[in-house]
Amino acid sequence: MTAHSTLIDRHERRWILISAALLASFAVLIGIAGFALGVQVPTLDRRVDPKKLNEDPMWSKPGVRELVPGRKYEVYLIAQTWQFVPREIVVPAGAKVTFYVTSRDIQHGFKVLDTDLNVQVIPGYVGKLSYTFKEPGEYKFICTEYCGLGHAAMSGVIKVVPPEEYTGSQ
Amino acid sequence: MGEYTLTRSEKRFIGWHLFVAIAALSIGSFYGPMQAFNYAGWNFYPTLRKWHIAQNYYQGLTLHGVLNAVVWTTFFITGFLTFNVIYGLRRPLKYPKLNALGFWMMVVGVLLASYAILANQASVLYTFYPPMKASWIFYLGLVLLVVGSWIEGYGFYFTLYEWKKQNPGVRTPFIAFASVATMVLWQLATLGVAIEALFMLLPWSLGWLEGIDVQVARTFFWWFGHPLVYFWLLPAYISWYGYLPRQAGGKLFSDTMARLAFWLFILLSVPVGFHHQFVDPGVAPAWKYIHALLTLSVVIPSMMTLFTVVASLEYAGIKRGGKGLLGWLAKLPWDDPVVAAQLLAGLLFIFGGIGGVVNASYNTNLILHNTAWVPGHFHLTVSTAVTLTFMGISYWLVPYLTGRELCCRKVALAQVYLWATGMAIFSQAMHSLGLLGAPRRTPLGEAPYVPPEWSGLLLRVGIGGIFLLTSVYMYVWIMAHTAFFGRKAEKPVEVQVAEPMRDVQLTPAWLDSWKPWIAGAVGLILIAYTPVLIDLLSHMVPVDAPKMKLW
Ligand code: HEM
Ligand SMILES: [Cu+2]
Ligand SMILES: [Cu+2]
Repeated sequence: MTAHSTLIDRHERRWILISAALLASFAVLIGIAGFALGVQVPTLDRRVDPKKLNEDPMWSKPGVRELVPGRKYEVYLIAQTWQFVPREIVVPAGAKVTFYVTSRDIQHGFKVLDTDLNVQVIPGYVGKLSYTFKEPGEYKFICTEYCGLGHAAMSGVIKVVPPEEYTGSQ
Repeated sequence: MGEYTLTRSEKRFIGWHLFVAIAALSIGSFYGPMQAFNYAGWNFYPTLRKWHIAQNYYQGLTLHGVLNAVVWTTFFITGFLTFNVIYGLRRPLKYPKLNALGFWMMVVGVLLASYAILANQASVLYTFYPPMKASWIFYLGLVLLVVGSWIEGYGFYFTLYEWKKQNPGVRTPFIAFASVATMVLWQLATLGVAIEALFMLLPWSLGWLEGIDVQVARTFFWWFGHPLVYFWLLPAYISWYGYLPRQAGGKLFSDTMARLAFWLFILLSVPVGFHHQFVDPGVAPAWKYIHALLTLSVVIPSMMTLFTVVASLEYAGIKRGGKGLLGWLAKLPWDDPVVAAQLLAGLLFIFGGIGGVVNASYNTNLILHNTAWVPGHFHLTVSTAVTLTFMGISYWLVPYLTGRELCCRKVALAQVYLWATGMAIFSQAMHSLGLLGAPRRTPLGEAPYVPPEWSGLLLRVGIGGIFLLTSVYMYVWIMAHTAFFGRKAEKPVEVQVAEPMRDVQLTPAWLDSWKPWIAGAVGLILIAYTPVLIDLLSHMVPVDAPKMKLW
């Protein structure tokens, strides 16, 4: 017997090798999902002074902007105690929607049910995340970070309409 | 080796740790079931407000998080580790007064923080995310708690150093080694939160800083927040490796692998904080992915632990007459509360571990971040694997320390099974709610957006809460009854430290040397954090709290 094999039991060595293979497969799979298939985490768009949102041309009128009709939209969304501005968002199905989300005051959360849209809303930082709603319907979004007494009432809705019925948001 | 006993004052000192721990649990774990009942639609908060027990859900939740996850854990752990250092090294602490100083600082810290919460000046939850601003008394209390625990840790280091000088070439006994290692991990971890508290939160709450950068604060917090969970878990592992094999009637399968696992946990538990920040805007995706990989690497020491603990138990079960592939399992002493608590803790922890892999997996985290899944997950880990193990430990340690017999063994056994059953029901429902998108930190019984489809699961959360409310007060009652009114034991409790199968001296010396491992851990932290911190610190956006009171 080598010195090595007295240190680690034969079965245990095999067990560790299996664990390592498992680990490698996790790493590869989430890497592929994230960097090749685009199931991506939110990124930083820019930093902003939360006190000066009203002076900023983009943030003084949050809401939906049409970039390419039927294909590309962007949404500027502000979270603040204790509401989202705007509370209702309308976009057409099948279009790529990019959300820019920031906070006017403290931390909040933005999570859209039945999608993988999820971002920690941090004052001073604009989170950027995109999604294509394939099916028309109503998608609730909810504040998922504790933000004080009104936290449990803080939510909104994204109305995804068939492209031919889309006449703009609000 | 003959029996070694602790002196009366050592016993009393450790006993004080457990007293504070259990007192905190008895208050903190009152609010958990109240939260669960709120989910189920049984809302007691109006009554709690009338009786001045909690102004609202969030004050209760802050107490729940702080008293359970910070106070119960930290005091039980420092007490248990003190026992392990003294008993493992078979010598007194080098400077008992230093450890006493650390302990009393911790107590003062807890009193200050609790005062701030109870005075309704700190309903910021146990993660105290800025720019919600608590009273400075709350932050000061937390600082004292952490610094006090450091001082107790220094006391361990001096003691081990002295022992090593007197025992050159001898392997440090496992329970003492692992306890000091846990303290080392804690000190690396708490550096992050100490920076956040001392340079950001405390001066800001005192009005010396106008604002602080929230993303920077979160980053320092999670530098601490993840290894914090290993600070909770490793003492449970000490019991699973160092005591449970003997308590079940066997031996520790491999002392070598147990130590290697501890070192790997120390290397891998700090440089991984971004797995709590996958959806934070301020950290680049590549760094999040690197932290995801480092996080997933704990699969290795975790699977090693599973192997060693199961192998040790299998040996015990076979010695007790178990036959066949799984016959050993049935032969384990499932009717001994000390053992059953740990077996059930380990069993539920398997699901906690699997859930943890999902949490850590970068993009799968998008589905569950900040949902009820997360408390579902950690009630399997800290509130079961750790807490139930600590309950099991206290069923022998409290009789040992007080010289009294454990009262009502049968009640203790029922307590343990009730806890595991309650947590299984509770946690399964919480995981499912999270997958449906239910947010955490929210009184779901009152949230207007909750759809009727969730009500079955919300009810199950409440049912789990009934089991747990019963179980936790059975535990507190048994402890109080044992410590204060228990029958004087005729013979002292035997401390059942597991012998390794092979002579400890065969464990290689590199597993008993500290410098290379600590240097490696520090190096990994620097690699994993320096570039991101430089970027964040050079673009800070200071933000102040809103003027209005938020709770
Ligand atoms: C007595 C049984 C317990 C029950 C029924 C219970 C129930 C709950 C529930 C329902 C929540 C979620 C609240 C929310 O997100 O809105 C929660 C949160 C939490 N629980 Fe427990 N719990 C129990 C025991 C424990 C124990 C023993 C610990 C720790 C050792 C613990 C640590 C925590 C922590 C850290 C949170 C998160 C607080 C936060 O989000 O700020 N719980 N608990
Ligand atoms: Cu909010
Ligand atoms: Cu973590």
